[in-house]
Amino acid sequence: MFSTVLPYLLSGISVGGQYALIAIGYTMVYGILRLINFAHGDVFMVAGILMVYITANGAPLYVAIPLVLVVTAVIGFTIERVAYKPLRSAPRMSIMISAIGVSYTLQNLVLYITGGLNQFYPSIPFISETITIGGASTRMVTIVTPILTLVLVVLLVLLINHTKIGMAMRAVSKDFETSRLMGIKINSVISVTFVIGSFLAAVGSVLYFTNYTTVIQTSGNMPGLKAFVAAVFGGIGSVPGAVVGAFIIGICENLLKGLDTILIKAGISTSMFGFTTFSDAFTFALLIIILIVKPTGLFGEKQTEKV
Amino acid sequence: MSANVLHLDNITMQFGGVVAVNNVSLDVNEGEIVALIGPNGAGKTTVFNVITGVYAPTNGRVTLRGKVIAEDHPRGKMRKLYTGGHMYEYHHTVNNTPDKITKMGMARTFQNIRLFKSMTVFENVLVAKHMNLKANYLSSALHINVREEAQMREDTMELLRIVGLAEQRDEIATSLPYGQQRRLEIARALSTNPSMLLLDEPAAGMNPQETEDLSAFIRDIKDRFSLTVLLIEHDMNLVMDISDRIYVLNFGALIANGTPAEIQSNPDVITAYLGVSEE
Amino acid sequence: MTKVSSLTKPKKIDRGTLISIVLICAVYVLAFVLEQVMPSTSMLFTVLKKGATYALVAVSMNLLNGFTGLFSLGQAGFMLIGAYTYAIFTIPVAQRLSVYQYYNGGLVQFSLPVIVAVALAGLFAAFFAFLIGLPVLRLKSDYLAIATLGFAEIIRAIFQWDKIGILTNGSNLLRLFPTFTDFNIRDADGNVVLYLSTLVPFLITGVCVAFIVLLINSSYGRAFKAMRDDETAAEAMGINLARHKMLAFCTSWFFAGVGGAMLAMYANSVQAKSFTTAMTYEILLMVVIGGIGSVTGSVFSSFLFVACSEWWLRFLDQEQVWGGWKVPLLRNGFRLVVFSLIIMMVVLFFRKGIMGTRELPDLFRKRVKKTGKESAKR
Repeated sequence: MFSTVLPYLLSGISVGGQYALIAIGYTMVYGILRLINFAHGDVFMVAGILMVYITANGAPLYVAIPLVLVVTAVIGFTIERVAYKPLRSAPRMSIMISAIGVSYTLQNLVLYITGGLNQFYPSIPFISETITIGGASTRMVTIVTPILTLVLVVLLVLLINHTKIGMAMRAVSKDFETSRLMGIKINSVISVTFVIGSFLAAVGSVLYFTNYTTVIQTSGNMPGLKAFVAAVFGGIGSVPGAVVGAFIIGICENLLKGLDTILIKAGISTSMFGFTTFSDAFTFALLIIILIVKPTGLFGEKQTEKV
Repeated sequence: MSANVLHLDNITMQFGGVVAVNNVSLDVNEGEIVALIGPNGAGKTTVFNVITGVYAPTNGRVTLRGKVIAEDHPRGKMRKLYTGGHMYEYHHTVNNTPDKITKMGMARTFQNIRLFKSMTVFENVLVAKHMNLKANYLSSALHINVREEAQMREDTMELLRIVGLAEQRDEIATSLPYGQQRRLEIARALSTNPSMLLLDEPAAGMNPQETEDLSAFIRDIKDRFSLTVLLIEHDMNLVMDISDRIYVLNFGALIANGTPAEIQSNPDVITAYLGVSEE
Repeated sequence: MTKVSSLTKPKKIDRGTLISIVLICAVYVLAFVLEQVMPSTSMLFTVLKKGATYALVAVSMNLLNGFTGLFSLGQAGFMLIGAYTYAIFTIPVAQRLSVYQYYNGGLVQFSLPVIVAVALAGLFAAFFAFLIGLPVLRLKSDYLAIATLGFAEIIRAIFQWDKIGILTNGSNLLRLFPTFTDFNIRDADGNVVLYLSTLVPFLITGVCVAFIVLLINSSYGRAFKAMRDDETAAEAMGINLARHKMLAFCTSWFFAGVGGAMLAMYANSVQAKSFTTAMTYEILLMVVIGGIGSVTGSVFSSFLFVACSEWWLRFLDQEQVWGGWKVPLLRNGFRLVVFSLIIMMVVLFFRKGIMGTRELPDLFRKRVKKTGKESAKR
């Protein structure tokens, strides 16, 4: 029984970590700007595409990987400067629409460049090696992901809680206007947030696409949405919350994918119920339930509005 | 002694650890103008918000002409449990949303003017009549209720004329000068055909002349529409000029109540506003 | 100033409105006439038909997002419901076996007249909107957007589910139902005598948009706008938020459902997978370009959008050789890139869109003192 569940559990932990790296970007940006960065998932996808093209042009991996990380961070920074900063004083809906516009643009750009054909992610030695754990065959990336995710998250939390810039970030997300009046360089704080978020998404993309090796322009949609749900589930604005939420979603989603097989193996059901179709929908169902039951998420704080 | 319109019975309002309103009881009787005054942060707007259903009180009860409109008294909950026959009301204590309160005849204005910014002066007042619409959704959408619409528009125009904003009817509400915006908010509240008016700092930001006009204005509409008025105000000239009685709030609790003359000479009130004298 | 009596009558038909009505009628007549004289395969008609469909959907989205201020992203899901409802109920009985080939002809063994099916499409969409609205309308604006987006995805997954394939044909497409071209009147030999395939979508859209316009200018429409401007104040003025939000929600999605049915009639086949969030984004962008809060703007921009993406910017997709020199950049997909960039420009620099909050009649009215409207920031 355990051996039936294990492969799904493992892939759940793996993808959960990857979602976590993306979710952090969403949660930090929302915490500071109250913006749902619809384009974040597409930045993740662009990181994947970048890797494909850089390695296709002959660059060795030890050059390509850092390059991808840096360029993605720059892209995140640029998007904020070009598409979000000008609208900071505009009504909230405008900036959300801009994010949607950026998402649309990125997807069309990649569609144009790739011609809509599946791109194949280069195989990265070590993490793409197959290994066996407890009888289940999987890749090294399944082990590397959660470890790497936790390390990065710990580093980030340390940064937020023990550095000056981290304190500035916390201040801005508590009270935007007052922070500005107190002399905090808002633009720097926001830029740093986007840079960190995009950097982590790029790391996530390296891990993710080592597993799901095809990249096309729509590759960012589902992971992006799921990561966002994870952020909301964990309490939007809370980094640990986003990480916990992401792992929960990753694991549940994969267990659901395998639920048919598991139930059959356990003798509970005799035919496929068709759970796989719902593994994506599950994430949204979870979102709606959490929004209704506890909109502030697992680790979120209630906020009251003054009349 | 005229009939009681509004009665607050030991209202307490707590937000987390902060007690914004502490055991406040007050009365407003038919045809009176009652003022609620106190330093900033004393909890006056919170009291308004409890009365109008924006907040449910942590404790205490609000009655309007004898009928309970807001309540969070344990006795109240039990009363619902044992009365029976009203199973669908079972899980609520008596708490009404602001729109229901307005439908009962209590209309309010806001401390920070909340006009409908994309709508004209005319539309702002007209939309307040929507709650009294007799036509159903489809009839209204298809413009079948021609006569009702016409009547609503005529009443709106009449109201605008009374408050002196008829000329500005097609201006966007927020493009009006500040004093006129305040008057518009009052007009909008009047448009709901209330029997009681709650005014939250109607004179805020006005100069002495405007305040004097406002004084006369409030007295005029009170008589014309047979209203009872409860107002929050900082401007002592206005308060002393038009109020029949005054309640003084400080740190969420009532420290005095009485006629203007009594309040003016009340030492607790003076201390609250000016601090303890050094002599 | 004007006398009391003229103010009590509902707004007089003024010059602007009159010209608009005449103009709109002229467009209808023109579309009808053109279809008789031009070859029916011309791109123009594709644009007109698809444009009319998207115009309705865009206006319905504007009603919800723009006029009531409920930012929601579930459009594709409700169009899906509408499209499927229409298709399921209009496939001719004789064809059902071949369409539902894996499901033994399917559950529904009768077919309804088109008008009924289109109305049903709207009603089903509105019904689902009601169910979804119950939990979702309490949420704050950003969360409402994500929740409706989530529901759209769930709906999409459900409609592809095998177990209800007897109704929906699972992941296979639905086809062979009446389409726009089926409205053309043919003679005994099968040759078309009267082309109606463009007039029909125009009529459906026209009627629906007319209703929406009337609604916006009614008391309920004013209530919706009040909720958008300031919920707290609207509630204080006696407007029950929950009820009115639900009304706006269901009305808007009703028309999205009708739009979905029209999309089915345009595309000749219906498949759940194509109703993606990208479709919702495109409609949102259409609304933004036209002007949030302008029905006319949504109609204009829908036609513009469809014309550009299907027709005018097509040349950007083709490789061009000018005097022996291959023009760089021009190949498949470039038009969407150019398009996206134009949209970004509008979003960043022309936030009010083409029409802002003006409607067609405003274009023909003499310039009244506009200090109010221009200075009022949204």
